[in-house]
Amino acid sequence: MATEAFVTGIGQSQIGVRLERHPLLLTIDAIREALDESGLTLSDIDGLSTYPGKTAAPPGYSPVGTEDVMDALRLPIRWYSGGGEISSQLGAIVAAVAAVKADLARHVICFRTVYEAAALSRPQDYPQPRGNGRIDGFPQWVMPFNALSASNWIAQYAMKHVKKYGLTREQLAQIALTDRKHALLNPRALVREPLSMDQYLEARMISDPLCLYDCDRFTDASTVLIVSAGDALGDVKCRPVRIAASAHAAERYSWDQPDVMASYATGRELWKNTDYQPKDVDTVQFYDGFSFLALTWFESLGFCAPGEGGAFIEGGARIALDGELPMNTFGGQLGAGRLHGFGFAHEAIVQLRGLGGDRQIAGDPKVAIATSGGGPLATALLFARDM
Amino acid sequence: MSGSRLLPQLGPDNRFFWTGGADGQLRLLQCEACDTFIHPPRPICPTCLSEAVAPRVVAGTGVIDSYTINRQKWHPAMEVPFVFARIAIDGAPGVILSTNIVGSPVDAVEIGDRVRVVFEQQDDVFLPLFEKVG
Repeated sequence: MATEAFVTGIGQSQIGVRLERHPLLLTIDAIREALDESGLTLSDIDGLSTYPGKTAAPPGYSPVGTEDVMDALRLPIRWYSGGGEISSQLGAIVAAVAAVKADLARHVICFRTVYEAAALSRPQDYPQPRGNGRIDGFPQWVMPFNALSASNWIAQYAMKHVKKYGLTREQLAQIALTDRKHALLNPRALVREPLSMDQYLEARMISDPLCLYDCDRFTDASTVLIVSAGDALGDVKCRPVRIAASAHAAERYSWDQPDVMASYATGRELWKNTDYQPKDVDTVQFYDGFSFLALTWFESLGFCAPGEGGAFIEGGARIALDGELPMNTFGGQLGAGRLHGFGFAHEAIVQLRGLGGDRQIAGDPKVAIATSGGGPLATALLFARDM
Repeated sequence: MSGSRLLPQLGPDNRFFWTGGADGQLRLLQCEACDTFIHPPRPICPTCLSEAVAPRVVAGTGVIDSYTINRQKWHPAMEVPFVFARIAIDGAPGVILSTNIVGSPVDAVEIGDRVRVVFEQQDDVFLPLFEKVG
């Protein structure tokens, strides 16, 4: 039985909006790149994991499921998993880690394919499913009040920060400004134009205190990581990166009942699961579908105290490529595109392997964190190049 | 905004909440054994696991716990800006209701403001909205 799990290959399709290429082919593009890098072949792959599985709504949110991939490539699958009731996007990687440690699979392709920009541009191909017009589950508690966007739900927590701790727009801006600066150095990034503080401050507000540049936008892309068992690395030609720890915790599963989001409990939980400490971390790749979420991860993981996230990132020097804690070196979702969580894990591996090119951080980084989620959803992964 | 809201699917768990406003009263589910309020409603008390849970009329007042001013038109019929807020309900410890603040300018809303419920009917649903008091 394997005692450790490693990321072997990583891959990514082109990143764009309104792409014409079939979403399954984008997925296979990313798989090909990951296989080429790892030295593995399709016949080595015996596991598949994705989030949130194939869904009809919203259109393009998740157009490719495990069955599409395993049948299209006739993969000899022994274990697979794809579903939304998991601790957020990177929970699909946590599931794969558990599978290889339990010897249910040796090499698991983990993928996330997003196609919302394309789907919305071609409603004849990707129609909005019609129900009875009524809503249930969690959305019933917010959507009747016209809070149709997650930006509205997250903004409630962000406003608490503004009022309780004095978070300023200039402080929060550093997430978007840093993302966009780093995206300029990533040839695949969706947005490759600089963003100035003046542009940020003049942007239209979406849901106070979040403005246009605090929100990611629909993107078409696929991202892949291959998770391999520690005793199955003989065929792997790239340098494996260990998944040293993972975590999820929440005080309560709810978007609107708790005082803080699940990232805080998750951050505390991560450090219980590893001997590494915050001071050991060379780079952080923090979920930023809304900029405020990335700010809360600095607090949640103990890089600063709750409420001090704004001051921690103020000015942006600390989280820049040459700063003491480089953040979202690929551009995050605000710069590189809405890869929906998987982009952060992908970039952690890029940096730990020294493959970042123009965006590679200095100093031979060995430890990185990637996160995903928002509200009650939260996953933290600690990657280490230490074996 | 009336007439254009998405409405909840009513069923055994939530009908009392969404139709309780017909007589102007806000109702929350409460455990009859230990008095814990249960929201969202579920058929068991999370504190003592009693299944003796029933809707109770609460005061219908509360305090703004947080809010946002939504300025984006998410569909063409949506009137903006509007306030989307979280209300800590008086007499129901731990219960937050997400809602709209109506009856005052959007920039007159602040965390800590006291509010009271006003119901807006759309079809068979009575939506608990809140307005500032005092």
